[in-house]
Amino acid sequence: MSEITSLTLYELIKNIKEKKISSNEAAKSFIDRAEKSKKINVYVTENFENCLKLSKEFDDKPNFDLKLPGIPIAVKDLFCTNEVRTTAGSNILNNFVPTYESTVTQNIWNEGGILLGKLNCDEFAMGSSNETSFFGNVQNPIAEDLVPGGSSGGSSAALAANLTPVTIGTDTGGSIRQPASFTGTVGLKPTYGSCSRYGIVAFASSLDQAGPMSKDVKDSSILLEVISSFDKKDSTSIDFKRNNYSSELTRNIKGLKIGIPKEYRVDGMPEEIEKLWKKGIEYAKDCGAEIIDISLPHTSYALPTYYIVAPAEASSNLARYDGVKYGLRSSGKNLIDMYEKTRSEGFGEEVKRRVMIGTYVLSSGYYDAYYLKAQKVRQLIKQDFDQAYNKVDAILTPSTPSSAFKIGEKSNDPVSMYLNDIFTVPVNLAGLPGISIPAGVDKNNYPLGLQIIGKPFDEQTVLNIAYSMEEKINYKNNITDWWMK
Amino acid sequence: MVVCDNIFYHMTIDLKTVKHISKLARISLDEKKAEKLATDMNSIFEFIEKLNELNTDNVEPLTSIAETTLRFRDDKITSENIREKILKNSPEKNDDFFVVPKVVE
Repeated sequence: MSEITSLTLYELIKNIKEKKISSNEAAKSFIDRAEKSKKINVYVTENFENCLKLSKEFDDKPNFDLKLPGIPIAVKDLFCTNEVRTTAGSNILNNFVPTYESTVTQNIWNEGGILLGKLNCDEFAMGSSNETSFFGNVQNPIAEDLVPGGSSGGSSAALAANLTPVTIGTDTGGSIRQPASFTGTVGLKPTYGSCSRYGIVAFASSLDQAGPMSKDVKDSSILLEVISSFDKKDSTSIDFKRNNYSSELTRNIKGLKIGIPKEYRVDGMPEEIEKLWKKGIEYAKDCGAEIIDISLPHTSYALPTYYIVAPAEASSNLARYDGVKYGLRSSGKNLIDMYEKTRSEGFGEEVKRRVMIGTYVLSSGYYDAYYLKAQKVRQLIKQDFDQAYNKVDAILTPSTPSSAFKIGEKSNDPVSMYLNDIFTVPVNLAGLPGISIPAGVDKNNYPLGLQIIGKPFDEQTVLNIAYSMEEKINYKNNITDWWMK
Repeated sequence: MVVCDNIFYHMTIDLKTVKHISKLARISLDEKKAEKLATDMNSIFEFIEKLNELNTDNVEPLTSIAETTLRFRDDKITSENIREKILKNSPEKNDDFFVVPKVVE
């Protein structure tokens, strides 16, 4: 049998159920490997001792009917975990210990999952490279000094480095799919309203959505089944009939219509991305899907829209960090001075930039010109997808316009950093499900991903197409454990 | 910002505006940081200006993607008494209260 840490979630569950591996052995393996992997900096907070204790308790009284029986899992540090420090990658929450549990993580623990620790991410999930984290860069396990993507960069790196069997991230503009693409892993952003936002540190509430990240498509279907639930505690949670995503997973996608949007052929797109996309189209055909050219005419307006909507919502969500009830407090000569110094010292540059943009677009006299305008364009972007879905069942695009870049390469140019999310942002604006699967490599052997976008609440079709294409693509990450040498 | 014929042209965000916004956002900025932010914000707004190409006169703004009506719930206390745990997170406390700098003289 191969090493415990390199097993997929499905294989690990099977081994635990067949009593070939105990939960405690699994926990030990992941922890041992983490101890040798400090260099890639995935953990903000380790929960190792507690994880060992809980795994032992599971083994003493196992329940194999659970969907994640005694499975150790590390999660993005944006999910509040009861009595375990939750920082959102920010100095302002450096010492914050929640008194409650996010619904998504609670769902995981209810099904037998055990918390390994909290994973690094861009500060308040604002970033595409994990470089905005107060807790430092994360290394991409693919190669040294390469970013793991962001904002769920600790999650994607931990997964690719075999430090957790599966993980969860959050995706506001691409923060699950882009890091998955950069690390040769699978990442799914569900339909807005599928997974509860309760207990997730809020960034842009109309866009934020939690989702699974995994080594293969089947594992994402298993984890989605656990985390997707209707939740009264989230006013935008939607009560729809959820599929049994893993048992309904099928490679029979014959006759499904897959759309290819011509507007995603953006100016200056590297040839290797174009090639990858063409290859993806061939794979989809091989799987029996019918390929149809479609148009999403407002695609090029998605990023400008996003960079109004997301900062506007962020500026109001982040107003709560004032140094009064929790988090960092700097001293000031009066109350206002205390607020201003706390927020200046507590927030990093990117967060300040976005709070400033958001405050500006919502400020008196500018609201109509920016925020209202953006909401109108958001409507047009959504209508593009609505019309496309009259003709097709799903849409196939590249996940990102490039492979992973070097640490520091884009950190001084916010706009070039934002362009990374050009293919993922429209999906958030329209609230749709989207998955990124590894599909090839570039000239440096860095992974490249393809994105499958589905109809609202049709995660099953998205997963089925990804599952079929995954078999044809047969991608394997080549991780050399360079950080251990 | 100048509005004419339903098209608006973005004007440069100057240092004064940046300082005004930083007051609204309750973030103190030194001169150097304010200058850097002005540069960044201008390049971001230049990029955002693209939206002006579109006529959106008769478009309904999309405020929420989830077409749900807000649900009612009973007005009942659901959490246990966790006052101590909550106070533990506070930067400064006094018995059962959060402490802030003096507000009223």
